Amino acid sequence: MTKNMTIKHHLNEKLLMSYAAGILPEAFNLVVATQMSISDEARARLASFEAIGGGILEDTNKEQMSPTAFQDVLQKIKKTKPVKKYSAPTMVEGVFPEPLKKYAGDELETVKWKSIGRGVKQAILKTDNKASARLLYIPAGTAMPNHSHNGLEMTLVLKGSFHDEKDQFKRGDIEIADQDLHHKPTASDDGPCICLVASDASLKFKSIIPRLLQPFFKI
Amino acid sequence: MLDLSEYINQDFEVPKRSSKLPVTSDRILAKVMSKDKINSTNHWANCIISVSTKKDEEAFSNLFSHFAPRIKSFLMKSGADATTAEECAQDTMVTVWHKAYLFDPTRAAASTWIFTIARNKRIDLARRNNRPEPEDLPWGSDPEPDASDVIMMQQETTLLAEAVKNLPLKQRSIVERAFYADLSHQEIAEETGLPLGTIKSRIRLALQRLRHNMK
Repeated sequence: MTKNMTIKHHLNEKLLMSYAAGILPEAFNLVVATQMSISDEARARLASFEAIGGGILEDTNKEQMSPTAFQDVLQKIKKTKPVKKYSAPTMVEGVFPEPLKKYAGDELETVKWKSIGRGVKQAILKTDNKASARLLYIPAGTAMPNHSHNGLEMTLVLKGSFHDEKDQFKRGDIEIADQDLHHKPTASDDGPCICLVASDASLKFKSIIPRLLQPFFKI
Repeated sequence: MLDLSEYINQDFEVPKRSSKLPVTSDRILAKVMSKDKINSTNHWANCIISVSTKKDEEAFSNLFSHFAPRIKSFLMKSGADATTAEECAQDTMVTVWHKAYLFDPTRAAASTWIFTIARNKRIDLARRNNRPEPEDLPWGSDPEPDASDVIMMQQETTLLAEAVKNLPLKQRSIVERAFYADLSHQEIAEETGLPLGTIKSRIRLALQRLRHNMK
């Protein structure tokens, strides 16, 4: 899995600008940051929005700093340890890019999955409560329960691939779903699909039984 | 240290190396931007590089005088009180010192890079917790960036800032309110209509080159 892979499904401008401006809930931030680590194209898109932030900062008026501010900063620099230097990245990387490791641990093998039926497993990641983030493991050829959304949901493929009625999604691809999309994502037949999903609302399942289970599984 | 002065004094002669891009021509650049502005954006990039390579306190002092009061203002406009904004602006400058080695002038203008640090501090302040910072993670910067690429990146950013200033009032206001955290992501249109094509191509090229150098 090289980093400069070509991905087909990108974030829309709304979400890139929101990330650049720093106004996304933490769970969505995590998905965006993870995708940036997988795709250079995604990173270039985001960085162009961040350049707008640079322009706004440059253009803002000055607010007087305290008279001792510069000396204070030099003191703080001497007291703090330099930030850890990251080693040069390798062309081949694991399933979890760096930003995700802070939330999910270093490796796929150590994730504490909880089964939610029919071989589907999930692991909830701890973020602020404005939106939730979780890892999903979908066995090959298995469909997720058919559901619609009452909020925004972002699904980033980390391993394997899935398809819905319209498209196929591979590593680095992001699917954005909102109120209007009723879909039935299905993992491809050639292997399990592992995704990072962020959502700011719980899912509305179309059938009654998953809906009853919903409060227990936090999905 | 990277010396950019020879480029700055050439009256916008386009550096050759980046000619692959479908760029805005240098004539348009020259019309829109004053020489002073380009001079100053390059100056700030130079200062960060000097902090990184020589632990240059004087360059850092210059950066501080220019950016710290602006960061403080940016944070106050984002809703922080004066004391918090002061502290956070100071912390941002501490991070600028420590992370200067990560600054890549072919991928971002000095103001952009410092903005992302200030933005992350603002988020940390609101959340008091960890946050993914993909900008720290990549392969660092090109040890020998091509001066022409640096100039072009800084120019492009200045040009973009001008373009944002010249947007229709309503559109411009949405952009500014978003960056001052005065809007939620739901309130932003799916397509922003912002003129980002050129700067995006430039960043993409810079990333490709880094990758090529790594092989």
